[in-house]
Amino acid sequence: METYNHNRSKKLLWCIALFSIAYLLPHSAVAQTTDLFKLQDEQDKKDAKEKTDITTSIFKSTRLINGQTIENTGAGILDLRISHRFGMVNTGAYNFFGLDQATMRLGLDYGITNRLEVGIGRSTFNKEFDGFFKYRILRQSTGKTEMPISISLAETGVWRSLKDPATTYQINYSDHFSFASQLILARKFNDYFSLQLIPTMVHYNIVADKEIKNDLYSMGVGFRARLSRRVNLTGEYYYQITQLGGYKNSASVGFDIETGGHVFQLFFTNSTGINESSFITQTQGLWSNGGVHFGFNISRVFTVVKPKNAGRTN
Amino acid sequence: MMNKATLVLFLVTFSFSLHAQKLFSTKTGQIRFNASSPLEQIAAINNQVDSKMIDKTGQIVFSVLIKSFKFENQLMEDHFNENYLESSKIPKADFKGFISNIASVNFAKDGKYPAVFIGTLTIHGVQQKVSTTGDVIIADGTPSISGVFKIKLADYGIVGSYIGGKIANEAEVTVNCKYQ
Repeated sequence: METYNHNRSKKLLWCIALFSIAYLLPHSAVAQTTDLFKLQDEQDKKDAKEKTDITTSIFKSTRLINGQTIENTGAGILDLRISHRFGMVNTGAYNFFGLDQATMRLGLDYGITNRLEVGIGRSTFNKEFDGFFKYRILRQSTGKTEMPISISLAETGVWRSLKDPATTYQINYSDHFSFASQLILARKFNDYFSLQLIPTMVHYNIVADKEIKNDLYSMGVGFRARLSRRVNLTGEYYYQITQLGGYKNSASVGFDIETGGHVFQLFFTNSTGINESSFITQTQGLWSNGGVHFGFNISRVFTVVKPKNAGRTN
Repeated sequence: MMNKATLVLFLVTFSFSLHAQKLFSTKTGQIRFNASSPLEQIAAINNQVDSKMIDKTGQIVFSVLIKSFKFENQLMEDHFNENYLESSKIPKADFKGFISNIASVNFAKDGKYPAVFIGTLTIHGVQQKVSTTGDVIIADGTPSISGVFKIKLADYGIVGSYIGGKIANEAEVTVNCKYQ
């Protein structure tokens, strides 16, 4: 008798339990015992797994020193860039170690979308005009979608407007053009270190010699290493696999200094030209004998199109 | 034995229906902050705030993804994430607390009810006990809350030489959440 009763009450307890659950389900999470703190913690954990976090600030600016970085100007943002190189340090005290002279590039970049940036520029070197676009194909991310690297494509066209020297052959208008096609592969390893590889092809519509190819291949490598909250060490090297002839590989080292909304770049480089064709394939300076320029890049951004729902509160 | 069980069943059923409480939630709440100084406009807005509230107990939580704060200046946004809030290490900020005078809010009657929020605010991984005032607004039977309060950046381990100069020492935080 005892056992019978016991079994029956056990069954009944089960019934109560089932009934309670069935009753509670439609009112999910309304029970008196609901603890929002716990509920939120659990949800946050779930959300973290569901969310893809796109890695930002792989580099601090859209240019590393002379060349492009993986970074784009944000959508609706206009970036006025002044790239300035003093003369070569080894020109001596008479030229105040290069500070008497200057070459520069004035540029305007604009972000059409967060993935697509376009820009135009004018350089004093060979009186060149240039235009480029840069498109982000892949974005490094963590979380739900894991992507180890970012990849961008950059295409630059350069028009040399410097008057031609007298030649024995006919020079056409199109002969003043050169182009650079670059694939930028970048990875931010952590907040302190990022690296990028830039396989590049520079095409000249005309070259000086039959021996020289019109398509010149090179490989660029660049890094940034964080020294402090506001200062990053940067470096850039372009190795020329095929050469225009007699030119050096571009090598630069400098600092990115962040000042509020801007990045100020100070560096030494052996390249005089500032657009892709000229610094990758026409670098003349030699580091070993002081053939380097001191230089700086200043960038000032203007918001042209405000992001939706963002920004100013007044 | 059986009677006891029936009684339990009865009590369980009725205790729930009598004390039925409602959970209000949103994933599209808005938090703005302004740390502008005379030198620089520093303001951002986050429209993806996750918040939940229970009417009977006044228990309330906010969970905020730092990266969802949108600035007008993208570089500023990058600096905010990387240098100040360190959002890749500490992705979220949250508030866990209670509306201490929830009893004075009549959820059935439209109106604006002053509310006192007491709880723990966690920003940049640093917890601080906070207490602030705001409003619970009932419109068409659905509640919203709004409030403005100030936080001292240094209290949350947010440091840098620009704070106190280009960046204000205190940030004004404005909360607006409409629940479903």
